Amino acid sequence: MKTKKMSLEDLKKKLEEYSAELPKSVIARLEEKLSEIVDRLKVSDVEKIINEVIKQYREALIEPGEAVGTISAQSIGEPGTQMTLRTFHFAGVRELNVTLGLPRLIEILDAKRAPSTPLMRIELDEKTKYDKAKAEELARKIQHVTIENVTSSISIDFGQQIILLQLDEELMRDKRLTLDMVINALSKHKIGVIESVIERVEETSEGKKKKIIEITIAMPEGIEATKLVKLRQKILSIKLKGIKGLKRVVVKEVSKEGETYYYLEVEGSNLQGILNNLDELEGIDPTRIMTNNIHEIAAVLGIEAARTAIINEVMSVLREQGLDVDIRHVMLVADLMTMTGKVRQIGRHGISGEKASVLARAAFEVTTKHLLEASARGEEDPLAGVIENVVVGQLIPIGSGMVELRIKRGGE
Amino acid sequence: MLKKKFTILDHELVPKHILLTKEEKKQLLEQLKIRPEQLPWIRASDPVAKLIGAKPGDIVKIVRKSPTAGEAIAYRFVVP
Repeated sequence: MKTKKMSLEDLKKKLEEYSAELPKSVIARLEEKLSEIVDRLKVSDVEKIINEVIKQYREALIEPGEAVGTISAQSIGEPGTQMTLRTFHFAGVRELNVTLGLPRLIEILDAKRAPSTPLMRIELDEKTKYDKAKAEELARKIQHVTIENVTSSISIDFGQQIILLQLDEELMRDKRLTLDMVINALSKHKIGVIESVIERVEETSEGKKKKIIEITIAMPEGIEATKLVKLRQKILSIKLKGIKGLKRVVVKEVSKEGETYYYLEVEGSNLQGILNNLDELEGIDPTRIMTNNIHEIAAVLGIEAARTAIINEVMSVLREQGLDVDIRHVMLVADLMTMTGKVRQIGRHGISGEKASVLARAAFEVTTKHLLEASARGEEDPLAGVIENVVVGQLIPIGSGMVELRIKRGGE
Repeated sequence: MLKKKFTILDHELVPKHILLTKEEKKQLLEQLKIRPEQLPWIRASDPVAKLIGAKPGDIVKIVRKSPTAGEAIAYRFVVP
């Protein structure tokens, strides 16, 4: 029979045949919509529909020679004028300050070495993410603690050449540190000799009793005063536990569809540090650790991850400001920034500054410098790009202007 | 319990990288009618390139998850 109706399987098979001509998302939507009415369709109907979709898809594609860069620049630039210049600061202990809006956008596109507010988001695995106690334990393990964080005062006695360290017992208990751990760390660094460790109880102004631990460290004899000051700084920065660079760790709560789970938000960023210590940090989901430091992602996870991160970061900044920019424009920017395998900025030290054409560079910034250097080096300009052709007053190679005609002599 | 050791290839941000064979490489360049250096680049020192053993001169096929196309295929030329 010719009017055979289709089954769901037939439909899937049919769509499979066209997988080279349509992107996956279009095929998925076709399948979703067609499966609703598949029992009323003939094979020829489905083919007709698919062919119509292919035709529409091809018409929607951007044409060769279209100036996509200019369109992207305009499409990101215009909404950008509406962004707030303000950086937000939240007063309070539990919130972290984050650079957002235009300053953050500039930071990403300028490919700054490090963001002004480095942040990490550490997701926990299925077993751990509903357990607040475990999340807090992990947070304590990650947080970078130095001697400075548990010291109430430090003083230098220049006469006796000793450094006197007063530790706060309460702070130590909060960070789950014992006195032995502190002394171990101190002696490992070979700064002077620990002369004495005294524990005593002091009464605070409010009448509360407070335990204070005094450590006396004798310095090598005949040491200069300036060196002593330097040593004091060194003692304060001795690491006791945690991962370098991760200054504050906050356990965050998310409630979604009746479920409450936790993740860690970290001030500071050290992706490599966490990946190196995964064995000790059970409960972390390493596949979903995020940082807002694009260069760090490029160095640890590679250039493709950096590309995705640029897109995600830019889109989240724009979305947070309530601006609706098509993701394709941002993708083009990210592609361009990661083109050479390294993250390059959009600007004078990156894409615009490294253009092949002398005239294009001269038209951008510091005209004389570029022209002078180019003439000294004997550079040539084949006038292949847009700007250089505007400069010399020729037709620009865009759209139909891109087509060149060559005639082969003696050809048939 | 034996757990698979985490490598950066498992990370959410890292798409699938596939090293092309010599034939696939030739076929691709003929199809696109370009020289390999006209593709976007990936450094041989890139952490992912190192893991899959890509050497300068190779071409890496990248299967990205795309929010617009569902799946997008890109290529990068390995440079030193």
